Amino acid sequence: MKRSRGLYLLMAPFFVLFTIFTFVPVVMSLPMGFTNFNMVQLPQWVGLDNFYVLFLEDEVFLKAIQNTLIFAVVTGPISYILCFLLAWLINEMPGVLKTVFTFVFYAPTLAGNIYTTWQLIFSGDTYGIANAYLIKLGILNGARQWLTDANYIFGVVIVVQLWMSLGAGFLSLRAGLQGIPRDRYEAAAVEGVKNRMQELLMVTVPAMGPQMLFAAVMQIVSSFTAGDVGRTLTAFPSTDYAAHTIMTHAYDYGSIRFEMGYASAICFVLFGVMILANWGIKKLLGRYLD
Amino acid sequence: MASKKRKQIGKSRAGDIAIFIMLMLVGLFMLFPIYLSVIQSVKPSQELFLFPPKLYAIAPTGQNFVDLLNTASNMWVPFSRYIFNSVFVAVVVTVCQLLFSSSAAYVLAKGEFPGKKALNKAIELALLFTSSVMFIMQYMVMAFMGLIDTYFAITLPYIATPMGLFLMRQFMGQIPDAIIEAAKLDGAGHMRTCWQVVIPNVKPAILTLMIFAFQGAWQVTGYSFIYSEELKPLPTVMQQISSAGIARAGVAAAAVVITMIPPIVVFLFCQSNVMETMAQSGMKD
Repeated sequence: MKRSRGLYLLMAPFFVLFTIFTFVPVVMSLPMGFTNFNMVQLPQWVGLDNFYVLFLEDEVFLKAIQNTLIFAVVTGPISYILCFLLAWLINEMPGVLKTVFTFVFYAPTLAGNIYTTWQLIFSGDTYGIANAYLIKLGILNGARQWLTDANYIFGVVIVVQLWMSLGAGFLSLRAGLQGIPRDRYEAAAVEGVKNRMQELLMVTVPAMGPQMLFAAVMQIVSSFTAGDVGRTLTAFPSTDYAAHTIMTHAYDYGSIRFEMGYASAICFVLFGVMILANWGIKKLLGRYLD
Repeated sequence: MASKKRKQIGKSRAGDIAIFIMLMLVGLFMLFPIYLSVIQSVKPSQELFLFPPKLYAIAPTGQNFVDLLNTASNMWVPFSRYIFNSVFVAVVVTVCQLLFSSSAAYVLAKGEFPGKKALNKAIELALLFTSSVMFIMQYMVMAFMGLIDTYFAITLPYIATPMGLFLMRQFMGQIPDAIIEAAKLDGAGHMRTCWQVVIPNVKPAILTLMIFAFQGAWQVTGYSFIYSEELKPLPTVMQQISSAGIARAGVAAAAVVITMIPPIVVFLFCQSNVMETMAQSGMKD
């Protein structure tokens, strides 16, 4: 009895704040998707209307879903593998080089909204760095409209997103690798582990389950909620909606048109998609971990 | 010392060098845009729009930083106030997040109580939840509590993040139950077990969370929750300064560079300590 009081005391500060500032607002925002709400008048209950419009009439939304899924399927696994591979390779480096490389790879995330610099690189005129140097080298014969030509937009956004994808998951993997007890490696060496590859598969990966799961969940969140990069770099709305994702669509209705009910419905669909992805990933990882 | 031990497992020097070169190449790609934005900040304005664009500054200057300082010192609210606000928010949020998340994570990872499964599930769902109306609901809750336009509005909502709790829980789950049982036998309550046994064993995770917490807090703008100019944190004013168009392109670049520095310092401090934890445990065995 006395011991469980200690438990409640320990978790009270977090869960009080969590309840007030996250749980209650989340629960309050769930029904908004079934209303018509313009932030001036009181919300009006409209049942499933928003969802009918989304799936049956809003062609841009269908394009957004398609983009989001393609985007998540392409960048998600690539950056997840990159996170793990780079975190592990860094671990093979001696002392201070570990800190240096971890810093360099995490720098894009650390630097906040510095991704806008990519605008200088992919600027469509000949002042754009990519254009200027590719023309100078004779690879291109004229300026390419990287950020407004629907053929390039998706590729450019993927490059930038991958550039900044070594985020929270990557750092947690670094920390996890750092915490593997040295004696496990020594024991494995005695038992006949010969090279880096065997060591990775037989010692490192089995010890990294919780961190790999954390990184996977963070990866789901960042790949499915992507949108800011595309919106900032390419014009909004992007040409032919080439960079339009579910989040961009929600931004459009939530922050520009103030149709908050509809925006909520959009986010609701995204939430559903992410829960599914999370469930699938856990099934998949669960087969290999634990 | 660590590298000597590694050689026993048959790791070749050539392999080390190959990995180093690979990391260097990826590293250059990562650093290039950041290098560019630093270079932009030391270019005099006539160099910002040269063709072809230069990847270095011909006549580097600190003028943009001086201009930034001048703009900053002519403000209605003293610039130091914005700095104070941001530092205050960052310190309070970081310290509270570390304390609260790690103690709650201990309970979710190692405690036994009814409802534990449900709480763990709730945290995970909250992590996945994104909504464009969340901020309205947060506003309503805070307005109801009378927190709008106070320091509480830019600190309290950012402390209990599901991500921080989830991270700590994942790491604490790895600690063998035997250690906790031993502490229990020694007569330690949950408080002592958490603070003296479990937390010292997840130092890399604590330091990593410190990076996330500081980084998040440093970016807090409090846009819809703060009206008084003297309560606004640094990012809001930096955005005001740099949104003044092309004439301020250089100043904007300087502002970006300046705002980047504190998170970098915290990062380097934490990461170098993360590295040390391994060296120490290596020496112990």
